[in-house]
Amino acid sequence: MAILEIKNVTKQFGGLTALNDVSFQVEEGEIRGLIGPNGAGKSTMFKNIAGFYTPTSGNIVYRGENIEGKPPHTISEMGIVRTFQETTLFQEMTVFENALVGSHIKGRTDIFSAVLGLDQKKQEAASEKVMEVLDFMGLSDRKDQYASELPLGSQRALALSIALVSEPKIMLMDEPFAGMNPEETNHMMDLTRKVQESGITLVLVEHDMKAVMGLCHHLTVLNFGVVLAQGTPEDIRNNEKVIEAYLGGA
Amino acid sequence: MNKKNILTVQNVVWAAILLAALLATPHFLKFYHQDLLIYLTINVLVVCSYRLVTLTGEWSLIHAVMMGVGAYTASLLFIHFGLDMWFTLPFAGGAAALIAALLCFPLLRMTQFYFLIGSFAAGEAIRLTWIEFVGVFGGTGGLRGVEAPILWGIDFIDPIPYYYLSLFIVSVCLFILYRIENSRVGLTLHAIHWKAPLAESVGVNAWRYRALAFIVGSFFVGLAGGLKVHYLGSVSPNQMGIGFMVFILIWVIVGGYNKFYGPIIGVIVLTVFDESIRTFEVLRPAIYGAVLILSVLFLPLGLESIPGRLRSWFGVGSTPHEPPLTDQ
Ligand SMILES: Nc1ncnc2c1ncn2[C@@H]1O[C@H](COP(=O)(O)OP(=O)(O)OP(=O)(O)O)[C@@H](O)[C@H]1O
Ligand SMILES: [Mg+2]
Repeated sequence: MAILEIKNVTKQFGGLTALNDVSFQVEEGEIRGLIGPNGAGKSTMFKNIAGFYTPTSGNIVYRGENIEGKPPHTISEMGIVRTFQETTLFQEMTVFENALVGSHIKGRTDIFSAVLGLDQKKQEAASEKVMEVLDFMGLSDRKDQYASELPLGSQRALALSIALVSEPKIMLMDEPFAGMNPEETNHMMDLTRKVQESGITLVLVEHDMKAVMGLCHHLTVLNFGVVLAQGTPEDIRNNEKVIEAYLGGA
Repeated sequence: MNKKNILTVQNVVWAAILLAALLATPHFLKFYHQDLLIYLTINVLVVCSYRLVTLTGEWSLIHAVMMGVGAYTASLLFIHFGLDMWFTLPFAGGAAALIAALLCFPLLRMTQFYFLIGSFAAGEAIRLTWIEFVGVFGGTGGLRGVEAPILWGIDFIDPIPYYYLSLFIVSVCLFILYRIENSRVGLTLHAIHWKAPLAESVGVNAWRYRALAFIVGSFFVGLAGGLKVHYLGSVSPNQMGIGFMVFILIWVIVGGYNKFYGPIIGVIVLTVFDESIRTFEVLRPAIYGAVLILSVLFLPLGLESIPGRLRSWFGVGSTPHEPPLTDQ
C-alpha cells in the first residue's frame, strides 16, 4: 500500500518551474531513492512534502489525507520528518540536548508544569527514548559533547538521531552521504538499513550511486523538475534517458 | 536540563551567605542609596524578563513600554479603586501580558530587524496613547499619588521594608524564570533561536513559542512596573520610553546574554559603577560611554565570561570551547 502519494505536483518560483507535474508513490516500509542531477528539484520536492513550501498545484497524500500546504510542525506531528541537505544541527547544544529537541512531540509541556516540575515523568521517558536512539546510532559515548565538536560522520548520525527520536513514520533524508569517506559511507549505509528495518519508510535523496544502488528498493529520477524514469535500481542503471541526463548534462 | 543535585552543603552555605548579604546591604546605605537599591532590585527583574524574550533570538524594543503598561495599570487601579499593591501587581503583569498577546499577531509576523523596528513602533503607539488621553493617563505628566501598602503595622513606604518586599517578589519571579529557562520550554526556545527550521521539522510550532516567550516576559516586566510605581509614587511616558530601553539593552549586553546570570551581573555592576562616578559630574556620560565601548570591544560575551577567561589565561582547567549558550 502506498503510504505517500505525490500527485501532479508543480512548484514554481516566479518564472522558474522547479517541479513540473511530478507524480510518484512511496510504498510503506521501503527505501525509495529520489535521484537526479543538481538543480533537478529533489530538495524542493522534500520541502513541499514536509510543509516548508506549498505546491503551486497538485496534491500530496499521506495515508489517504491531503497534506499539501500544512505547516511543517503539523506534518512532522503526523509522522513525516525531513533531514536537511547541509548538516543542520543545534551546534551550540550538546548531543543529548540536540536529540532531546527531537522528542518535542511527546515531551512537550506547558509552562506551569515546567515550573512546578509536574512533567517529570514525561521528561524522564523522553530522556530514555533519547538514550535509546543515541545507543542505536552509536552516539551515547559522546552525549555530553557539543554538536560542533563532532566529526562529520557523527554529525550526520546525530541529525538522523534528532529525526528518529521524534518517532516518524516516514523519514525524508536529503543527501546524508555527502562529503563522507568510504568508511563513513559504509557505516551510514548500515545505520540507514537499521532504521528501515525498525519499520520506518525512507525516502532518500542522494548523489552517491553506490549508496543509492545498495540501499534503495525503487528509484525515481528527476531531471529539470520532471520525472524522467522510475523503477528498480537495475532498471534505472540501464535506462537510456537516465544515462543521457547524467552524462550529457554534466 | 541536568539532573545535578543542587542541594549540596556547599551550595546551601553559599546561598545562606548571599541571603545574609542581601538582607544586610540596606543597613549600610544612606537613604538615597536605599532608594537606588530598590530600583536596582526591580531592574534585575526587568533584565531577566527581557532575557526570556530574547531567548528565541528576537530582540524587542518594547520591553520598557511593557513595564510602563504594568505601572499605569497599577496606578489606575490604585487611584480609582483604591486597590493595594497586593492586588494591583497581578493585574499589572496581566495587562502587559494581554497587550503582548494582542501584539503577537502583527509583531511576530516579523523577525530580526523588522521585529526590532516593529516592536519599537508598537511601543511608541502605546506611549502616544498615554500622552494623548490626558483624562485617563495624565498626559506627559503621567499619574502620581500611588502609595505603598501597609500591612501588619509595617508601612512599606520606608525603604528597608520595601526593599525586603521587592527582594522577596523579585526572587520568586527569578526562580520561576530560571525554572522556565531550564525546562523543556527553555530548551525549545533555545532550539528555535539556533535553528528554527530544524526545530519545526520535529514538530515545534515556532510561532507559538515566540509568542509564549514574549507574553511571559511581558508579564514579569509589567509586574516589575507595578512594583516600581508603588514605591516611586508616579509614572510618566518618558520614564518608560526608548531611553530606559537603551539601558536595558546595555545591561544585558554588557553583562552577557548567554547565561541566566549575565544580565543580573550587568545591571548590578553598571548601576554601582554609574553611582561611583557621580562625582565626575559633566564627564559622567563620557566615562560611562567609554566603559561600554571598551567592554563590548574586549568582552563581547559580557562580564559573565570573565571567570572563564581568567581560568584559561592562568591555565587552570581547560575552557577552550566557549559555547554561546548556557551550560546549566
Ligand atoms: N526558494 C527558491 N527560490 C527560487 N528558486 C529556487 C528556490 N529553491 C530552489 N530553487 C530552484 O529550484 C531548482 C531546484 O532546486 P533544488 O534545490 O530542489 O535542486 P536539487 O535537486 O536538490 O539539487 P542538488 O542536487 O544540487 O541539491 C533550482 O534551479 C533552484 O535554483
Ligand atoms: Mg538538494
